[in-house]
Amino acid sequence: MSTTSSRTPLPSASRSPRGAAGPSLRRRRQAVVAWMFAVPFVAIFAVFMLVPLVSSFAMSFTDFTSRDVQNPAAVGFVGIKQYAALFANAQFVHSMLNTAYFVVVGMPLTMAVALALAVALNSGIKRFRTAFRVGFYTPVVTSIVAVAVVWRFILQPDGLLNTILGAAGIHGPDWLNSTTWAMPAMILMAVWRNMGTLMIIFLAGLQNVSVEMLEAAEVDGANAWQRFTRITLPTLRPTLLLGAVLLSVGYLQFFEEPFVMTKGGPLDSTLSISYFTYNQFGFGKYGLASAASYVLFVAIALLSLIQFRALRSKD
Amino acid sequence: MTSPTETLTPGPSRTESGEPARRPRRRGQRGRTLVYILLLLAVAATLLPFAWMLLGSFKTQGELLRRPVTWWPQEGTLANYISWFTELHIEKFFANSLIVAVVTVLGNLLFCSMIGYALAKMDFPGKRFLFLLVMVTLMVPGVVTFVPLFVMVSKLGLVSTYPALFLPFLASPVGVFLMRQFMLGIPDSIIEAARIDGASEFRIFARVVMPLCGPPLATLGILTFLGSWNNFLWPLVAAQSEDMYTLPVALSLFSTGQNATNYGLLLAGSVLVITPIVALFVALQRFFIQSVAATGIK
Repeated sequence: MSTTSSRTPLPSASRSPRGAAGPSLRRRRQAVVAWMFAVPFVAIFAVFMLVPLVSSFAMSFTDFTSRDVQNPAAVGFVGIKQYAALFANAQFVHSMLNTAYFVVVGMPLTMAVALALAVALNSGIKRFRTAFRVGFYTPVVTSIVAVAVVWRFILQPDGLLNTILGAAGIHGPDWLNSTTWAMPAMILMAVWRNMGTLMIIFLAGLQNVSVEMLEAAEVDGANAWQRFTRITLPTLRPTLLLGAVLLSVGYLQFFEEPFVMTKGGPLDSTLSISYFTYNQFGFGKYGLASAASYVLFVAIALLSLIQFRALRSKD
Repeated sequence: MTSPTETLTPGPSRTESGEPARRPRRRGQRGRTLVYILLLLAVAATLLPFAWMLLGSFKTQGELLRRPVTWWPQEGTLANYISWFTELHIEKFFANSLIVAVVTVLGNLLFCSMIGYALAKMDFPGKRFLFLLVMVTLMVPGVVTFVPLFVMVSKLGLVSTYPALFLPFLASPVGVFLMRQFMLGIPDSIIEAARIDGASEFRIFARVVMPLCGPPLATLGILTFLGSWNNFLWPLVAAQSEDMYTLPVALSLFSTGQNATNYGLLLAGSVLVITPIVALFVALQRFFIQSVAATGIK
């Protein structure tokens, strides 16, 4: 290490006086090489991300349908009317409310479960820590489609869940065929599948909690709950916020669960914004689908903005 | 990688050094047992659906419909698995999933490291703008771009082809961020020394920088493989013919089609979709969990 650093000044010092054109030429050559490194990514990124992103926005102001793919000249500009029609569409409004329900109930629930698991794993136990972590994290790596197929079976009126509930004296509902219970069932599954990610993030955050401060509080007579709410939670605030944003961004897009388990039913009670978009695409209404997806995008962008703000204030 | 590990190590070492100083607590022992019992119950509940799926996949349709529900298969059968291979040809979907995932991973490893190197270690006009542009798209959901993407792909005549399935995922913003952040931590002196020795930038990249990038490449590889293997919306749209389905698409369409009530078959299908990735996860669990911590926190 010391040999390289002592070697560097010599050649650069001997090279710079060799002519005024040297440095700028070198810089230009480096810029060309740098762009050569960037070009493969930039080309793919531009074609498959930027162009669709912009054309989706443009399409959302037109009456583009599946028939216009081969004949784009027939596309008409409808402007902001598209969005007016969208927000007047009862099914879309319903899908927005469903998505909000899923996020507003599912997000805090997932966070609470994940936090409880992280705190339990961090409470000084040594044995089986890795095994527990692997166990809680396993649902995260599985395909939602495969898992939803299994849960559809578990949630049958006389299936596994209701058998277990029955043993506890509770008569469980016909989860997926009830407009009241289909969404809670989906939230239950989402909590199960996503708690692992947050658990890992919270576990990392818990390493920042000062052991000295916790012990001092214990000496001063603070009980476990007081130590948790007064010391652990405040230290964890930025981590919790990050978890909340990551989770909401994911939950806002939920699609596979209703696609496999309920087809958005019964009576649209599990139709999400993503599912609505997919359905409009299936009907060939590409313009309307784009508009619906942009409404979702704005919600996600706002949440991301909050995240960047929160992360900046952390530094 | 040195800085994150350095910040992480004080945590465990601190608790270890604090261990002998901790006052003897009788309540602690009982509390710990309670924590173990609760964690055991919770992990059992978490894994129950998998156990149910695995056991159910060996049951006959008659047994699956029998009430009250049975736990262990009474008349175990492999018929569900056999029909996935002989009638539904799952190996075809498995191959599709694997081809798409491998190409996506390799593409991301190469392209993201290349641009990451340029962003971290070179100066060029437009660098700040380029990085900002990529970062802004970090949170763009697939549902926003899939309609115009489909229009583009169908105009190019690529519907139901492998390129349609992997091209849109070859360049991920997360990968750029990951590689750039790591490469920023590589000392300039190493690269400068190689430059003085007359190595070209491509040689430096391939022989000096890439061999140091094991950790972020592992993270990126795992995240990309997982994302590709479980990806659903785009393959559902882009693979219109059955021979191009990926595993999740095949399973979802069979599960909502004529086989919707053939539970044993569906459970076996779920086992076949989930098993490879769970096996990979258990084998590489440390890297998986590191990759979540790395991308979640930063």
